Amino acid sequence: MSELPGDLVYTKEHEWLRQEEDGSVTIGVTDHAQAALGDLVYVELPEVDQDVERGGEMAVVESVKAASDVYAPIGGTVIQVNEDLADDPEKINADPYGDGWIVRLQPSGDAGDTMDPDAYQAFLDQLDE
Amino acid sequence: MSEQLIFDISKPGRRAFAQAPLDIAEGDIPAAYMRDDVPTLPEVSELQVVRHFTRLSQQNFSIDTHFYPLGSCTMKYNPRACNALALLPGFAQRHPLGPVSHGQGFLACMYELQEMLKSVTGMQAVSLTPMAGAQGEFAGVAMIRAYHIARGDENRNEIIVPDAAHGTNPATATMCGCIVKEITSTAEGDVDIAALQKAVGPNTAGIMLTNPSTLGVFERRIMEIQDIIHNAGGLLYYDGANFNAILGKVRPGDMGFDVIHLNLHKTFSTPHGGGGPGSGAVGVGMRLKPFLPVPIVRKVVDRGEKDGSAYYDWLTEDDLPQSIGRLSAFMGNAGVLLRAYVYMRMVGKDGMKRIAEYATLNANYLMARLKDAGFEAAFPNRRASHEFILTLKKEAKTLHVNTMDFAKALLDKDFHAPTTYFPLLVPECLLIEPTETETREVLDNFIDAMIAIAEEAKADPERVRRAPYSTPVRRLDDVKAARHLDLAWKPAS
Repeated sequence: MSELPGDLVYTKEHEWLRQEEDGSVTIGVTDHAQAALGDLVYVELPEVDQDVERGGEMAVVESVKAASDVYAPIGGTVIQVNEDLADDPEKINADPYGDGWIVRLQPSGDAGDTMDPDAYQAFLDQLDE
Repeated sequence: MSEQLIFDISKPGRRAFAQAPLDIAEGDIPAAYMRDDVPTLPEVSELQVVRHFTRLSQQNFSIDTHFYPLGSCTMKYNPRACNALALLPGFAQRHPLGPVSHGQGFLACMYELQEMLKSVTGMQAVSLTPMAGAQGEFAGVAMIRAYHIARGDENRNEIIVPDAAHGTNPATATMCGCIVKEITSTAEGDVDIAALQKAVGPNTAGIMLTNPSTLGVFERRIMEIQDIIHNAGGLLYYDGANFNAILGKVRPGDMGFDVIHLNLHKTFSTPHGGGGPGSGAVGVGMRLKPFLPVPIVRKVVDRGEKDGSAYYDWLTEDDLPQSIGRLSAFMGNAGVLLRAYVYMRMVGKDGMKRIAEYATLNANYLMARLKDAGFEAAFPNRRASHEFILTLKKEAKTLHVNTMDFAKALLDKDFHAPTTYFPLLVPECLLIEPTETETREVLDNFIDAMIAIAEEAKADPERVRRAPYSTPVRRLDDVKAARHLDLAWKPAS
């Protein structure tokens, strides 16, 4: 299992969030999530300027095995989506914390329960048992 | 050996000699509708066509040639007699637009099929019109919606779906304009009652349940579930995918379900797989009766026929003004319905009980022996229904041989693989459904094959990871196939 980047926080739904300097938040799915889903073949992205509620459906990722909703870990307005994923959904598999980012939100509130890398690692270890 | 595409053996000008002659006069089709160029069809002899498709069929796994324990699909034997009787000229040549009086035999069979399905499900009325399981589901949830709207209860648009459900359930609810609320399952495979209690509310339209569930276990607290849903003002939908396990033993109507769809192509043994045609007949309790899709066959008892026999005709929108309407131009897939009718008449009421008993016995025998052989059952404390789940996470972790590798290796042992990676709740799972029509020897051979693959996986894991070796094509790149979908042949430019 790869290292968890130290500058991110994580959710129980296996998403990561990065606080950007301009106040926005970048969101993607974790390495654990992409490995569990398998090779992705399609990603459905929200529209820019769309408002999302915390816990609401924000995107859909589809692999050869399954389709899975990505829930917004924080409420806000979509300011950018990763357009590259339309043609290259495999970027999420190859680089979940980098080129495989999914959306950037301007948050309108707080995130729910998030975990630092150590806490998320402990959460993963416990799932594995 | 791989078979060439039929286009690749095309030679200009080659024709089939048994082509039917042109039966319209030249000039009958207005020039505006005539095509300008020749269609891109293969030009081959009739014998080339016959050999091409015969060879392709021989490369396939099928229930006629192989054990096919594909979980959740009920790949049982389709008796030849059903086919022979459904093809009687009086049935096969009946025109759906012909007068009702000319199709009385067919309509009598359909009426009796409706009655038998009512009796075996415990429902009050049945419509045979849905063309497949997915359309049956659609009809079922559309009726639930229509019921609430007719009562002025328009805000009831939430459908509760357990996380063990078939993916079609949330898709159906969404297609019917409802919002899906997913609830969790317990470690023993039952619906989590606490989660259900939290999920119900004033907007609850209903719940979609499969019982036994896709986890291969019977939902033990079904009566409690039906109380919770009905008390909240919702209705219960029964997904008939796993009806084979309880046929003749327990009735969804007695479990409190308000609407049910049946996959006649599964439980009632009509050919399926390969995309159809299917049949998703729906049954309802009293509350949903006015909303059934039409047409439905009606028996008119004393119409004054000279010999005293009954007369059959159609119930239409005029008779059921609140009906959700029609789902196809006529009434379902007539041929599939006839095969199901003959099957039910052949096995009879007692035979149906034996179907459930042997389907369940076969599944439990397989599960017990595979557990003894060291495989891990996903729900070891539960009795299996007509199917059960193995989880190969131990093999995947220690040997790096996963469920897909086992599935591919089974092909080399001449078995169709069980369902893999479904339900999604269970990691590295194999969902195995032997059905009642297999002999013990076949089950024993399958167990031996699983044990042999497990041993190979220890001795030479790489060999299992590269299986299959004996099939016309080996591992396909399913990711590439999904990302670069290519279904139509195009001429080389």
